[in-house]
Amino acid sequence: MAEAVAALEAVEVDYPGRGRALGPFDFRLGAGEIVALVGPSGCGKSTALRLLAGLEPPTRGQVRRAAGRGETSVVFQSPTLAPWLSAAANVALPLELAGEGRAAARAAAAEQLRRVGLAGAERARPAQLSGGMAMRASLARALVTGPKVLLLDEPFAALDEITRRQMADDLLALWAERRPGIVFVTHNVEEAVYMASRVVVMTPGPGRVAGEVGVEGTAPRPKGFRTSEGFRDAAERASELLRRAMGAAS
Amino acid sequence: MNRWIGVLAPTIFLGALFGAWEATCRLLAVPSYFLPTPSSIAMALWENAPTLFASAGRTLTSALAAFAIVSGLANLAAVGAASSRIVEASFRPIAVALQVTPIISLAPLFVAWAGIDNPDRTIVALAVVVAFFPIYSGSLSGLTATDPELERLFDLYGATRWQRLTRLRAPSALPQVLEGEKVGLGLSLVGAVMGELSAGSGATEGLAWRIQEASHRLEMAKSFAALVALALLGGVLYVGFQSLERAALTWWRGRPPARR
Repeated sequence: MAEAVAALEAVEVDYPGRGRALGPFDFRLGAGEIVALVGPSGCGKSTALRLLAGLEPPTRGQVRRAAGRGETSVVFQSPTLAPWLSAAANVALPLELAGEGRAAARAAAAEQLRRVGLAGAERARPAQLSGGMAMRASLARALVTGPKVLLLDEPFAALDEITRRQMADDLLALWAERRPGIVFVTHNVEEAVYMASRVVVMTPGPGRVAGEVGVEGTAPRPKGFRTSEGFRDAAERASELLRRAMGAAS
Repeated sequence: MNRWIGVLAPTIFLGALFGAWEATCRLLAVPSYFLPTPSSIAMALWENAPTLFASAGRTLTSALAAFAIVSGLANLAAVGAASSRIVEASFRPIAVALQVTPIISLAPLFVAWAGIDNPDRTIVALAVVVAFFPIYSGSLSGLTATDPELERLFDLYGATRWQRLTRLRAPSALPQVLEGEKVGLGLSLVGAVMGELSAGSGATEGLAWRIQEASHRLEMAKSFAALVALALLGGVLYVGFQSLERAALTWWRGRPPARR
């Protein structure tokens, strides 16, 4: 197994007044691995992601992060672009905040925008971008620093089905370029199986590991993968795990 | 259709109002020192135009000077309050007191401090105090209403406090800041007028002083003319700022703001 770039060891998160949100929960992301986190709403998927990003500490347990500052990127469900900045300025932001010169940062941003399929949109403002384009810009901002770990919190949830599938393939192609470790949070089992080599299914909140399903093959996915036996089998097993976890809770 | 309503309706209404006013004054032979006719006010406006224009300039200068000072002070205070809860809590009683106290009651104090020979200082100081709260609270709410996910990204990027302020909170607060500044600009004019009324003398000669002077001499038409000039001045300031705000918001959003 590849060396872990991020791991959660028996972490628990309690929020004052709201009780336990997550755990005890174990998780491990290998270098260059794509892992999907699937679970019902409110199971603590996003909380787990925030722990992995170092954005909040666990109440108990250990968070191990091999990636340093600037080597972890997050993409949220909404594009979260600054409306007053152009697409290129938004993408350049993490580099500029890290002290890189404006010209170099803007050049890197333009190059990254081209990679995500937004060549020519450098000067556009977020308000002028479609939902899919804004998400691509958000992805470009996450990738521009060349992260070792990329954390995606339901990044395609707000997109229509066709855009969603296109984005999934494009993301896998981008992953193949530099192979960052990816944690992909979703509540869609089929999307999880399509994206990941490993699907971790969570129980309803406070989330624990309900089980894990390995998916054969690696990204990028071949044409017709969605109708292949391997895909259907993995999706069926993940769905069954999820069903059982939900059943046990109710 | 809707545009015609917006123009025609007030024209007809005001025309009818002024017509009725004029007719009533004439029919009942209302003395002009009690209520002048609209036509005599128009005449007074025409005859005194140079004086009124100069006085409007004085009042405008006071209001704009106060606006510049209060914008600096209130925004600085808002930045301080937004960056620390202790600072915010410390400022709160004063901010609330400024909002609920009828500021005009401070006029005698300001006159005493500035000295009877420096009415300009009293006028500007009163305008500053009157306009402080809306600018402060607009900026403060803007600075503290940043998109929490953008804040998280700034955490992730390890942004410094200065970067967070200049690259995230200040630009993101722009719409609320402008809203506060707009109210503040109007109140700067109100404050300047209050200052002129309470501290004004022959030395200041602002519009409010003209109103007072004409009323004391029972030249009501002239008094009304100064009032009209003051309303026009307020209107010009409002419309001017409105277009400035619109331009700034168009830049900020990358598209024209939705029409209200």
